[in-house]
Amino acid sequence: MRADNDLVPTPSQTVGPFFKIELTTDDHCVRCIADPQARGERMWITFRVLDGDGVPLNDAMLEIWQADSNGKYNHPDDPQQKQVDSGWIGFGRLGTGEDGSCVLETIKPGRVPNGTLQAPHLTVAVFARGMLKQLYTRVYFAGDAANDNDPILHLIAPDRRGTLMAQPDRAHPGHWSFDVRLQGDRETVFFDV
Amino acid sequence: MDSVTTRVPVKPYIRLPKGSQPPSLYEPYHTTLKRAPLKPLIVVPHTLSETTGPIFGHEKVGEKDNDLTCQHAGEPIGERIIVSGRVLDSNGRPVPNALIEIWQTNSAGRYKHIGDQHPAPLDPNFSGAGRTITDEQGAYQFITIKPGAYPWFNHYNAWRPAHIHFSIFGTAFISRLVTQMYFPGDPLFEYDPIFQSIPDEKARQRLISKFDLETTRSQWAKGFKFDIVLRGPEAIPFES
Repeated sequence: MRADNDLVPTPSQTVGPFFKIELTTDDHCVRCIADPQARGERMWITFRVLDGDGVPLNDAMLEIWQADSNGKYNHPDDPQQKQVDSGWIGFGRLGTGEDGSCVLETIKPGRVPNGTLQAPHLTVAVFARGMLKQLYTRVYFAGDAANDNDPILHLIAPDRRGTLMAQPDRAHPGHWSFDVRLQGDRETVFFDV
Repeated sequence: MDSVTTRVPVKPYIRLPKGSQPPSLYEPYHTTLKRAPLKPLIVVPHTLSETTGPIFGHEKVGEKDNDLTCQHAGEPIGERIIVSGRVLDSNGRPVPNALIEIWQTNSAGRYKHIGDQHPAPLDPNFSGAGRTITDEQGAYQFITIKPGAYPWFNHYNAWRPAHIHFSIFGTAFISRLVTQMYFPGDPLFEYDPIFQSIPDEKARQRLISKFDLETTRSQWAKGFKFDIVLRGPEAIPFES
């Protein structure tokens, strides 16, 4: 009993307001997760994080994890028989700025298998003062035909799926936006993983 | 190609036991009121997107990054301490090559951050940030000075117990942990809503480091032990 109890995962505590002195210094941010030679459709995603009053958070941190353009993760537990794209990093970390936004440079991910193929998506963890533990969400791409058959989107009521759709900026090809709304009518879908 | 069925083996991770983690919404910690989701979270099965995650190597860490007392010309003021421990997964297996990052106040309770306006002195010899990578046994060590308690604005006369922020990457994106390590016997625990937000008393106690004579260095620094447990796979996979 005692040994088991000792192996209960350590509790989370808030990242607080001062994480910038380590986690998001210029050296420790990762704003681009695909080196120039990485294959695929290059894109820039502007994130904002908004509180229950719709006020952007200037003290949030986002961590991003995604597969390469071929749907392969840069990790030994990905059993797919294909090589990770050279130049693929796959992990991003950004702090929101004074206007509450930050921009990730990446490649559109490929489809990751899970029984059926998942639609292209990024996995996102959100941290901030006032958040006792991180929240997990996903970024999908509005208009991608694969969304219709995504097994995770199918777990969500249709009227809430839109909160997970990055929206293209028609005037600037390759640029997308994604708002993380912590509360409200359009509260982003968060996952219990 | 939408009908393609692609089976890949995914090893699911354990779910976090009830009460062992703080809720997102905890009223005594007022900032949670506008920052906690109010709709229920959607329970999802674990796919490769959850059970993989970033891997870091020693190239991410400088040789002296784990010694916060030697980052400047002089020594910081305060009580020198050695904080060490192991990172294990929930199966009891060591987690090697885990990136651990820490940040903290100086001995007077002040962060070297423009947003910290607490009128306590800054220490020109202390930046309060460090990082390291766990070894093959999951072990890590930091040399630093004991942080101070400091006031905050949550409620009248609110003080945070002295703590060191810890950020740890485990084997999967969902084993990611950001937490705070406290010091034994702090009289502020019972007044601190961040510490008290963890429902289970035993889980809460796990965040309090233990004084450790074995790692204490005679005539030099006190040792504190802080072991960390991260979520691991549900069952230990067969290893050939």
